[in-house]
Amino acid sequence: MEAVPEKKRVTVDGQDYELVFGRPASLTSKPFTYCPGCNHGTIHRLVAEVIDELGIQHRCVGMASVGCSVFSYEFFDFDFISCAHGRALAVATGVKRVQPDTVVLSYQGDGDLAAIGTAETIHAANRGERITTIFVNNAIYGMTGGQMAPTTIIGQRTTTTPEGRDEHRIGWPIRMSEMLALLPGVAFVARTTCHDAKSILKTKVAIKKAFRAQLEDRGFSMVEILSNCNVNWRMTPQDAVNWVGEEMTKVFPPGTYKDVFAEDQEKARADAPSKTKAQSSEKTEV
Amino acid sequence: MSAQRVFMKGNEAACEGAFRAGCKFFAGYPITPQNEVPEYMSKHIWDHGGTFIQSESEVAAINMLMGASAAGARAMTSSSSPGISLKQEGISYIAMSELPCVVMNVVRCGPGLGNIAPHQGDYFQATRGGGHGDYRTITLAPNSVQEMAQFVYLAFELADKWRNPALVLSDGTIGQMMEPVDFSEMPYVEPPDKSDWCLNAHQEGRERHLITTIYLLAEDMAPVHERLVKKYERIKKAEVRYTDYMSDDAEILIVAIGSPSRVARSAIKAGREEGLKLGLLRPITVWPFPYGVIRQYAESDRVKAIVVTEMNWGQMVEDVAMAVSGKKPVHFVPKHGGLTFTPEDMLEPIRAIRENPMNPETLWVQT
Repeated sequence: MEAVPEKKRVTVDGQDYELVFGRPASLTSKPFTYCPGCNHGTIHRLVAEVIDELGIQHRCVGMASVGCSVFSYEFFDFDFISCAHGRALAVATGVKRVQPDTVVLSYQGDGDLAAIGTAETIHAANRGERITTIFVNNAIYGMTGGQMAPTTIIGQRTTTTPEGRDEHRIGWPIRMSEMLALLPGVAFVARTTCHDAKSILKTKVAIKKAFRAQLEDRGFSMVEILSNCNVNWRMTPQDAVNWVGEEMTKVFPPGTYKDVFAEDQEKARADAPSKTKAQSSEKTEV
Repeated sequence: MSAQRVFMKGNEAACEGAFRAGCKFFAGYPITPQNEVPEYMSKHIWDHGGTFIQSESEVAAINMLMGASAAGARAMTSSSSPGISLKQEGISYIAMSELPCVVMNVVRCGPGLGNIAPHQGDYFQATRGGGHGDYRTITLAPNSVQEMAQFVYLAFELADKWRNPALVLSDGTIGQMMEPVDFSEMPYVEPPDKSDWCLNAHQEGRERHLITTIYLLAEDMAPVHERLVKKYERIKKAEVRYTDYMSDDAEILIVAIGSPSRVARSAIKAGREEGLKLGLLRPITVWPFPYGVIRQYAESDRVKAIVVTEMNWGQMVEDVAMAVSGKKPVHFVPKHGGLTFTPEDMLEPIRAIRENPMNPETLWVQT
């Protein structure tokens, strides 16, 4: 799980040091421009670490979506294209079909993926496009100033649900991971959070599996990451992080909703005796 | 397909033109009267090493095209009017990203669902950008099955030459009719290498490639706009195409595109038999529009009036009027609702125009 794959030396004030924690190669040197306490920086770093560890930086092509991460290409250091609001997975489909050797990353927020781009999301997943999607769910529209998102939870106040989200007026928070898990084209989908160290480490494990699903040609993969928006939630960064862990996870339970690797293992276990049998009977026939 | 001369439908000929141009990606959605395009593509593009996707929507199709083009492929989509409206968002992004692609519109009658009869109501949309923001698309208007193939072939060339979306503005008649097509001047070509800018898996040892349309600071956006404007100016100088028919001695010049331009030829022949000196000017590119040549006709003493025949409420006539600049009366002879012209539909008003070049019945007055 080390962030720096090779031991590097650095010189500070004439002293030679071993670098034990540095910037992943897949991130540019540009400082993050996200708000203090926002999880985008954490998630960018996790994605970059996974890409470094898998050694795929120079094959990666990123889809920048519309929302707070619209400039994600300034921070990730590989080929990138900026897409219209909600259309990242359609653009990703075009890229991946033309250049199947690329590793395609789509980095989207909840408005982009679960409102304006719902059709593109569901159909890319249903076609089993070999694309890895990082879906950052912070239950609000951050960039436009705190309006209701498709994932805003019941009672949550936003600038367009000033009295709190009322399901009778505007419906319920949408659970994308559960929905996508129903589709045969999906190889891996999990929901994680970033509200404490343990959950951040789990998120990284899920991101790696999601990329593996693409690299091993298994199908569509997505990690939904519950994130905070302390600014638009009108909370302190600490309260916002607590709210993710205490309130958001009730509506959006973390977990793995589809995992072909786990299914493989289960199947292998179940098939093991019968397979041996089949093989032996084949042999006798010969 | 190896035969050089084939009897086929306009929509299918367009696909063959695309294959010969090296089209490797097609995404589309069913809509009449262009269904033969995705159907033909889905059957044959694989043999040419390409990919077909029946998308979930027109919006998705054009964005798939954006991705395919960004990844370096020659890519195409087609639709008919309501579907082309949906594609406008993507065309705006593709134009701003300076990505090449080909979009074919087999125009039907609008607004709204309208009907599936041939129409020319999408002229403004095709020649003025069509989506949000300030941009232009190179737009070719075929009037035969031969030209469906040829103009798609040419559209790919122009799209790559200028790194700009190119449109083929057809109509239901041209898309649906069958004629012989000669492919001898459309050899199969290898698409150009775009590895110096496209997105791919070979990034080792090169700068990363970034394709974006967002420039938050006006100071950053202005030079991009300036570059685009200059590009459009160069396209206007280099790519104007038109053809004429019996216009050398014409006293009344008809300007028409698409299927009405075919009817106009019949009207000209019949008119000349009764002593009407008629000729046709047919723009092949409607953007860039052949303003210059129309201005020359307008300035000629011989030409008494200019008649624009369109299957809409008056769109190309505005470009013609702009070219003529009041030097000669401009008349507008329309067909509405998806009805198509007969030669007599054109000749009747033209006889009145010969009697009175300022005939108020058809005189186009800019309002």
